[in-house]
Amino acid sequence: MSAYTLPRHLGLLAVGVLAVLASSYLLEPYRLFQAATVAAFLCATAGLTVLTGLNGQLSLGHGALMAVGAYSLALSQRALAERGLTGGGALPISLLAAVLVTTALGAVIGVAAARIRGPYLAGVTLTVAIAVPALTVTFSGVFNGEQGLAVPLAPPPAVLGPYFPYERWQLWLVAAVTLLALLLLTNLVRSRYGRLLRAVRDDEVAAGLAGLPVAGIRVLAFVVSAAAAGLGGALLALLTQNVSPGAFSLALSLSLLTAVVVGGLGRLAGAAWGALLLVALPELTHSLAEALPLTPALAHRMEGNLPLAIFGLTLVLVVIVAPGGVQGHLSRLAQAAWTRLPHRAAPPTT
Amino acid sequence: MSPTLRRGLASAASLTLLLSFAACGADPGDGSGVATPGVTDTEIVVGTHMPLTGPASAGYSTIAPATRAYFEHVNEAGGVYGRKIDYKIMDDGYNPATTQQVVRELVLRDEVFAVLNGLGTPTHTGVLDFLHTNRVPDLFVASGSRTWDQPQKYPGTFGFNPDYIVEGKILASHVAENFAGSTVCFFGQDDDFGRDSLVGVEKILGPVTDKQTYVTSNTNVAPQIGALKAAGCQVVILATVPGFTALAIGTAARIGFQPQWLVSNVGADYLTLASQLGEAAGLLEGLIGVNYLPMHNDETNPWIVLFRQIHEKYNADAPFDGNTVYGMAVGYLFVQALQAAGPDLTRTALVEAVERGGFEGPGLAPLRFSATDHSGYGGQRLTRVNGGTQEYFGPTYETDPADGPVNEYPGESATPPADGIPSAP
Repeated sequence: MSAYTLPRHLGLLAVGVLAVLASSYLLEPYRLFQAATVAAFLCATAGLTVLTGLNGQLSLGHGALMAVGAYSLALSQRALAERGLTGGGALPISLLAAVLVTTALGAVIGVAAARIRGPYLAGVTLTVAIAVPALTVTFSGVFNGEQGLAVPLAPPPAVLGPYFPYERWQLWLVAAVTLLALLLLTNLVRSRYGRLLRAVRDDEVAAGLAGLPVAGIRVLAFVVSAAAAGLGGALLALLTQNVSPGAFSLALSLSLLTAVVVGGLGRLAGAAWGALLLVALPELTHSLAEALPLTPALAHRMEGNLPLAIFGLTLVLVVIVAPGGVQGHLSRLAQAAWTRLPHRAAPPTT
Repeated sequence: MSPTLRRGLASAASLTLLLSFAACGADPGDGSGVATPGVTDTEIVVGTHMPLTGPASAGYSTIAPATRAYFEHVNEAGGVYGRKIDYKIMDDGYNPATTQQVVRELVLRDEVFAVLNGLGTPTHTGVLDFLHTNRVPDLFVASGSRTWDQPQKYPGTFGFNPDYIVEGKILASHVAENFAGSTVCFFGQDDDFGRDSLVGVEKILGPVTDKQTYVTSNTNVAPQIGALKAAGCQVVILATVPGFTALAIGTAARIGFQPQWLVSNVGADYLTLASQLGEAAGLLEGLIGVNYLPMHNDETNPWIVLFRQIHEKYNADAPFDGNTVYGMAVGYLFVQALQAAGPDLTRTALVEAVERGGFEGPGLAPLRFSATDHSGYGGQRLTRVNGGTQEYFGPTYETDPADGPVNEYPGESATPPADGIPSAP
């Protein structure tokens, strides 16, 4: 990690905080909710980028890890509320609980994952994606089956005034946690550990010959990634104030993977595009279905399937046209523009 | 290019996208800020969530279009106090997570005045707190869960269906009178719908011999039905949505198990079940159900005559069945509530109007709305499938959700106004 990395990341963090604050006053409530959803998904896609993009491990089970985080938050909040702890202090405890539980689960899957590769790993994580939602139905006494659990949450602090929009408060909470997580992840990626992750991804045999603890690094990647996904799930539960297995189907796991590939694998900025896509695409297809002159029956049938079709199509197009994803393409465009600038000899001002 | 610049560009681009995102959705209303959301001098915007797709869509997907058809009839005649009703229907696929999403779209993006007839116990339960904190009237929920009737906790939420404990008691007392000595079992949805229903049944019959549950994400009910057969059940009470009523009966027939079925009002519409079972519709012969609205095939009922006229004019693509009658009854009740709320329409005025009660409509039993009771219809009448048609038999019953007796209700339903548009009660 160069001496400037941390100050630079702190600077970016400050920019992020300002952007969130500004947009929280500019946007209307529904957009605030969507922006907060993007932030929650960003935790998970960033985690998956660390795992798949930087360490080369494939996971089809990150949706399930999000579910574990979400249910941990819900159960913890409910347990705390039962003991009369409903104030602002409860939420950090529950978020921590969500991260701890998913970290532990990530370690278990990670140990298994350190021994298997490629399609076999995909298979194991796929099992997780299918098993976790099924557990909520099997142990419906704890998880309340498909109906799911309500998440008790404290209202915004009284100092903000009685009419403070709840969605703005939610965005603040979720964005604060996400920015903190991103700071930790970007530092990790830029650090010695980040280089170890990439070394193992690029050539496992060479990394092993160089004396790197390959299995340990693979487990580390899984643990970090799972913790981030669990945090993302917990934030999602905080947003919807309700968790149910329907939110964490296999389709979510697949969408997360697609989103990070489309966004640009291997860069955390790509994860941001992916998260944005996850929220924007269903909305865009909804508007499209509304704009097209369709009969109501056909329109609602289209609406169910159109997001998936467009998602798939986007994936195919991106892989053909811009293998580096949205972020890779943008970087290339920016680079081309930079080289064409007349005074390119001047050093970048940072 | 330096990584910093690259990252700066990326975040700038993301921010731009986010802001343009905001801009394209901005000011849907007149921007005055003090007006009631969703209400202008010429329009009232109302929304709902329904399973238009997915495992519970059988039958239910036609309810909201029927309500909308009724509103078109009212709009054609000039609307309510000069305001036309715009009914936004969102598909949630009976998935509580999707309901969360679409109800936020209705309330935050479309700024609806009220949510009307949101369908489903597991789905609607998850949005109660959201609707309450946003002070959105949550009228005539399409479910009989006891949760809707909590005036202290959810002052803006009102049910429509008879609550599931009342229904369970009525079904069970029919069993106690007519199937005494039989082995009685229960098959229900694994959520508050099934649980409340079972509470009602066991209030009358005591513990049933065997009880099984299902979840809508798993359409294989063979293990549960096999267990009911193995337990020697002769009478099975179902708290099931239509698709799972059909599944249960079809699966039972395949393993040679033919008990007497008694079905909750939400899963007993004959035409819906028959279209699900197709060639096996004969299995429905003798099926006992309950209902509280006029039977769709009763052409002598003036409400059916009225609803069929509206249906043929505005909703002709859909079949005319129990779901259509239900949807139109909801529309009629909502228009009556709007009339009662008066020309100065606010959310408070609407909720107060519903609490004043006194509504009249097609229902066989009375609506119970008051300041202390937010449950919907208070009673039901039994139906039986006979020769491929569903018919009422016996008296209408009413009871309370506590331990009160199941009584006959002697009242008659009102006659509809000539133009089919209610006035204030």
